[in-house]
Amino acid sequence: MIKCKTSKEIGGMGHSKKRKEDARFIQGKGNYVDDVKLPGMLYMDIVRSPYAYAKIKNIDASKALEIEGVVAVVTGKDLEKYGLHWMPTLMSDTQMVLPTDTVMYQAQEVAAVIATSRYIARDGKEAVRVEYEPMKPLMDPFKALDEEAPVLRVDQEGKTDNHIWHWEVGDKEKTDSVFDNADVVVKQQMHIPRIHVASIETCGCVASYNKVENHLTMYMTTQAPHAIRTVIALVAGHVGLTEEKIRVISPDIGGGFGGKVPVYPGYVIAIAVSFLTGAPIKWIEDRSENLQADSFARDYHITAEMAGTKDGKIQATRFKVLADHGYTDASANPSKFPTGLFSIGTGSYDYGASYMEADAVYTNKPPGGVAYRCSFRVTEAVHAIERVTDMFAKKVGKDPAQLRMENFIKKEDFPWASPTGWSYDSGDYHAGLQKAMDAIGYDDLRKEQIEMRKEGKKFLGIGISTFTEVVGAGPSKDFDILGIKMFDSAEIRVHPTGKAIARFGTKSQGQGHETTYAQIIAEELGIPMENIQIEEGDTDTAPYGLGTYASRSTPTAGAAAAMAARKLRDKAKKIAAHLMEVSEQDLEWEPGKFFVKGAPEKSKTIQEIVFAAYTNHPEGMEGGFEATHYYDPPNLTFPSGAYICVAEVDAETCDIKVRRFVAIDDCGNIINPMIVQGQVHGGLTQGIAPAMYEELIYDESGNILNGTFMDYLVPTAVESPSWETGHTITPAPHHPIGAKGVGESPTVGAPPAIVNAIVDAVSHLGIKHLEIPVTPFKLFKELQKVGYFDNNA
Amino acid sequence: MTKKITLKINGAEHTMEVEPRMLLVHAIRENASLTGTHIGCDTSSCGACTILIDGKSAKSCTVLAVQADGKEIATVEGLATAEGLHPIQEGFHLNHALHCGFCTPGMMMRAIELLEKNPNPTEDEIRWGIAGNLCRCTGYNNIVSAIQWTSAKMQGKELPSTEPKFV
Ligand code: FES
Ligand code: FES
Repeated sequence: MIKCKTSKEIGGMGHSKKRKEDARFIQGKGNYVDDVKLPGMLYMDIVRSPYAYAKIKNIDASKALEIEGVVAVVTGKDLEKYGLHWMPTLMSDTQMVLPTDTVMYQAQEVAAVIATSRYIARDGKEAVRVEYEPMKPLMDPFKALDEEAPVLRVDQEGKTDNHIWHWEVGDKEKTDSVFDNADVVVKQQMHIPRIHVASIETCGCVASYNKVENHLTMYMTTQAPHAIRTVIALVAGHVGLTEEKIRVISPDIGGGFGGKVPVYPGYVIAIAVSFLTGAPIKWIEDRSENLQADSFARDYHITAEMAGTKDGKIQATRFKVLADHGYTDASANPSKFPTGLFSIGTGSYDYGASYMEADAVYTNKPPGGVAYRCSFRVTEAVHAIERVTDMFAKKVGKDPAQLRMENFIKKEDFPWASPTGWSYDSGDYHAGLQKAMDAIGYDDLRKEQIEMRKEGKKFLGIGISTFTEVVGAGPSKDFDILGIKMFDSAEIRVHPTGKAIARFGTKSQGQGHETTYAQIIAEELGIPMENIQIEEGDTDTAPYGLGTYASRSTPTAGAAAAMAARKLRDKAKKIAAHLMEVSEQDLEWEPGKFFVKGAPEKSKTIQEIVFAAYTNHPEGMEGGFEATHYYDPPNLTFPSGAYICVAEVDAETCDIKVRRFVAIDDCGNIINPMIVQGQVHGGLTQGIAPAMYEELIYDESGNILNGTFMDYLVPTAVESPSWETGHTITPAPHHPIGAKGVGESPTVGAPPAIVNAIVDAVSHLGIKHLEIPVTPFKLFKELQKVGYFDNNA
Repeated sequence: MTKKITLKINGAEHTMEVEPRMLLVHAIRENASLTGTHIGCDTSSCGACTILIDGKSAKSCTVLAVQADGKEIATVEGLATAEGLHPIQEGFHLNHALHCGFCTPGMMMRAIELLEKNPNPTEDEIRWGIAGNLCRCTGYNNIVSAIQWTSAKMQGKELPSTEPKFV
């Protein structure tokens, strides 16, 4: 049971308050970007390339322009006149808005058609004739590094290869020497395939430029409205659109998961066209466009190694990564972290040597490198460490749970310095795994596994993942995006009658901020959460912030809310002392009121105090009751989890079924258990997705083979198991309310638990590793390779 | 070339001139300005656009507006009445069966028909029953609970607890 300091009425931290935002969503009154309709609005559709790599010889728009209602066709050459045909990516690479001569991936934007309706825009798109000269695309990231490989980015002066960057961390010499002298070494090459966030709402915008005022209002699906405003100003400042003339409104967002962090060409074209025509321009992409052209996630080829003693003590890890970034590095990482926070990959284990290196390459695939509900490349890292940990356990002949218990960092050893430079804030890994084992009945399952193997109809596998996450970017000394420090903000205004509005620089896409932020403020001020209105997503009203992704909202903006509320509580104390004519030292706080020590009948409620702030405040004090705080976290937060998956494999058909899945998360103090649980459920389904179903597949000619919802397999309620969840609570010591982020932990932690379970089910047949997504057919082929069907025919 | 049609949406008549190719979902969202019905795909896969046509759930992105001429259409906007929320709306709210809310209207419309045909569905029947509706946020656990809760509510049975359960 979670202990709450406040009453149910106040509804502070720990209460499973039902969500405030639900009312509009369940009644069809949400306001998503495609619901925005402005007078005189025109519609935009985009012509896309059928080739992965081709020269554009000619674009003939004449037939399109003949169609009644087609207003304009915009090409790269048109944008070039304004210097808007290229734009910077968040990683300081460059990306085409519209090409002037070459397309670099299939489905790349080639031209935009503007028309008076959605349907006419589509007619226009069909009528635009583009002549291409196809070239042989470069699809294999390993081949992209060959000396004779054609150089893709000839636009970059002096570029002679397809290499983007090299990154490394850790002590190479020390690590190599541990490996050279180790009893046992395991090594596995693995691919974490390209996947897509596929939020059910696609991306889109309505760009509305007002010529008279020289002012742009941009309604768009963005997780980071303020950052976008700054980016627009940086890109379009030279044509007169400076930052005070730009208002970005991020309305209700139908899921983000990282896919709504980047700036896509469609947004920029819409702004340019609105700027030139003065008409509002609506652009809403189709699902297929979304899957084929918007930022992908993952696509890391990893060689993971672990060294240790023969009795099972982990001594070192070594990871080598090849990152396939497509034709430009459009990752959404903090600037100084090209591989995101991959270096968390040393895991939850106590050892002192690790070395990791990564290289990134260009290929003829769409750009990206976004999160898919993960804190900057943590999923890739966790998959690698949790897979090799299992392989190591197997090799030394230890039970994987036992081996983890023996290698965990102990709870008294926090803060713990990782060999790759992190300072883990807190954790109790032993307690988490024990709880998960008890909940699932681990020992009985091991017995059942043996029984089922004897019977031979189905094989049972038990898979564990005990991961450490790193979220809440971040301390401004290390973390920035395009130079802007990654702090976040909260502004609280309490009205004379004691009700409040609070505004934030983050942006919920379903996380429930309107409820949880209100609970944080209720906890600190004792004002009932029902009386606290939360607002986000309008850059004209909200304080500056870097947005919501990478589980950073609670660690940063949540902390800012608590700090701003505490400023107000300090002020409240002064007013209370004034009202009761006692000194501040004589006052004590209980949620909702100050009372005189030893005389609890003498008290003033927060509502009385706030009223006095407007009607009867002490002389010399500023009136009103408002506070703002910009929170710069001293460290990131390190949530953790212990997940156990029980999988069954059909010995004949190779059908794979997740029988049970228990997830124990530790995200520190919990603001709203119901919402945390909801986040974990959703994250787990986005964990089973890449583990068993999702992958963006390209053929050698650069064609995407599954770019629609017909064949890109987002799990339905049938594929998704019934999740069982729970928690341990180890507060973040440096965080004002002791909370850590949680939204992404399950996506990070679930895939290796599932794969470990499936491998465990068939390990006695000689299977050591399976690549994700583990499909029945893939498993069938692997079993064929080890001769399983020869003996069982 | 356009055709004049009348859609009876949530009891109100909407007469409009539409092109024969116009999808019903666009007629509802744009001509009738009822934007609670959403669009999540272009292959009839996601179910965000699910409505009821003469009481049967249908993906409105896969029906032409002209095909629905004269038909009774129910959308999310018509669920709540002067007496309050529809039990399915209450069920979704109390069981935390929505995060971003984008799939929610379609999911609820589908659930209504499911419960009409099968007032007492098992968990498995619910999961298969909503397999045409994708949700990317919730992981479905709570959607299943919401439909179970609504089933109990609609039959006047004892209501299951809506507090989260932890292991
Ligand atoms: S919009 Fe996806 S099924 Fe209709
Ligand atoms: S709640 Fe977001 S898609 Fe279902």
